[in-house]
Amino acid sequence: MYKTPEGKEIFIVDGHTHFWDGSPENQTNLQGKQFIECFYAYHNALSPPEQLWEKSRFEKYTEDQLYHDLFVDGPDDVAIIQSTYLKDFYKNGFSSIERSSHMAAKYPDRFIVNGSIDPRDGNKTLEYIHYMKENFDIQGLKLYTAEWNGKSKGWALNDPAAYKCFELCDKLGIKNMHVHKGPTIIPLNKDAFDVHDVDHAATDFQNLNWIVEHCGQPRIDDFCWIAVQENNVYGGLAVVLPFIHSRPYYFAEMISELLFWVGEDNILFGSDYAIWTPRWLVEKFWAFELPEEIKQRTGVDLTPEIKEKILGLNAAALYNIDVEDRKAKLESSPVLVAAE
Amino acid sequence: MSMTIALQQRRSEVDLENPKVAEVWRQLETVCDPELDEPVTDMGFIEGLEVDENGTVGICFRLPTYWCSANFAFLMATDMRHQVEKLDWVSRARVTLKDHMFEEQVNVGVNDGRSFREIFADLAPDQGLDEIREKFRQKAFQRRQEVMLLGLRRMSYSDDDIVKMTLQHYDRVRFSDQEEARQQRRYRDIIGELELANSPGDLAFCSYGGGALTAQGLDGYLATLRAVRINMEFSGALCRGLLNTRYKELKPDDDEPTLVDFILDRVPPRNAGKDAVPV
Repeated sequence: MYKTPEGKEIFIVDGHTHFWDGSPENQTNLQGKQFIECFYAYHNALSPPEQLWEKSRFEKYTEDQLYHDLFVDGPDDVAIIQSTYLKDFYKNGFSSIERSSHMAAKYPDRFIVNGSIDPRDGNKTLEYIHYMKENFDIQGLKLYTAEWNGKSKGWALNDPAAYKCFELCDKLGIKNMHVHKGPTIIPLNKDAFDVHDVDHAATDFQNLNWIVEHCGQPRIDDFCWIAVQENNVYGGLAVVLPFIHSRPYYFAEMISELLFWVGEDNILFGSDYAIWTPRWLVEKFWAFELPEEIKQRTGVDLTPEIKEKILGLNAAALYNIDVEDRKAKLESSPVLVAAE
Repeated sequence: MSMTIALQQRRSEVDLENPKVAEVWRQLETVCDPELDEPVTDMGFIEGLEVDENGTVGICFRLPTYWCSANFAFLMATDMRHQVEKLDWVSRARVTLKDHMFEEQVNVGVNDGRSFREIFADLAPDQGLDEIREKFRQKAFQRRQEVMLLGLRRMSYSDDDIVKMTLQHYDRVRFSDQEEARQQRRYRDIIGELELANSPGDLAFCSYGGGALTAQGLDGYLATLRAVRINMEFSGALCRGLLNTRYKELKPDDDEPTLVDFILDRVPPRNAGKDAVPV
């Protein structure tokens, strides 16, 4: 729960978090090393100086640290944990559903753990979707189209094999597709940052929600165009939001474009933990106001009501979280502070 | 005798009297990161230069992350080789990309004069570099043009004045902002390359396809340019931040001039001269 300086309580759903193991022990090769180093570079490049972590902690953090950063020091009420395997780079996967679910089971009201698929594995993937549904009752997936798989260096959402997976997801009620579209690894097989496969998939699977993480940056214009036409396309603010600290005017330009095109009901907060921690992001976001000239030029505003939607209510709707009911539950079991 | 330099080293550590190094550097200044439309030299991508008495030049560069797009890396490396080999004393320019997921393929391809399509046939069969070059030339044009249009509006030119402005008039405008003054030259270069305007009476501003702009349509047109710029700025800000983190140990002190400043005779560095631009 975030309590604003005015005393209002804001329900926070952190739409994009990870419980990863990028430590040298888990790395398979140079790519594993370079991947976590790239994440660490993001952390360094966009965090306020007082928020910087040591590299060893960044590579692998404990359950207690995560819990503390999100719910004790941080304002999150519910965190959505994404699974990312990068099987070619990490022995036990970068962030596996088993490891995350094991941790999340201790705090059932706090976490939603999403699965992950690689359609290139064919029928095995379909079996795996059943496995995740039966064992973890997943509501969503993280789709990392840039993942390497042997000779292949990427896939697209509109590949026929991917469509088979989405058909099954639709049937099983796995509704929320978090698509990584943005920087870091570039799927070499495709046009570097192309987001158009989202357009095809979102049109062909109207029952599914397509949450485009990082808002497709650096193709925010293409993303906005797709989101205008598809009601089931959402923008996740991970990576976009940290600019609020280093380049606030530029953040204002991005968020105003998103408000104008994508709309206030289709934008979701996400800290991208542990690249960034939610506390400073939420505090700065709440305090943020659009410059007058941008308001006039675009005709949009970032009011407290809109901020509240972005910070939690929009994601709550996607994940069927009854906010009042959940608040009551969380109040009756306040955050546990681990014994130091 | 060959001379190897690391560009962030201090003056005392290298022989700065070699004019050939400066010539190579100036050629590299004409090579841009296609995605950012900024010179590879300004971005800090060039790590080392080597010039020998037979006219062989070695250029070593690296990018902000191991994962940067192979197609952009290939484009930049090709352009570096091409631009440096334009110097008449250069017999051969060898380009070396370091710390990249496809460094081997890029280095072999560029130095052996093979095409991107050939080198990456298995991974990117449908991709040639010409389309990408074209796409990003358009973005570069749009970005530079936006700076000019907004700059002129700030200087109280009316939208009508702007859409009717001739090249002759454009060349006489004196921007007080350093970035605007820089982009004034760069926009002039790109409209020349694209043959959109050449003679003094030609209109300075049109769309990328050569279509006329109108005063009533200028707001909408600027909205399109803004979206292009927002993308490019995102990449640019990230690249700078990531590069700083990746090679932190090589970052020079902020105020101390680096070798590059000495080579180019710009000590103190050009930021210090900001106020000297005529208003």
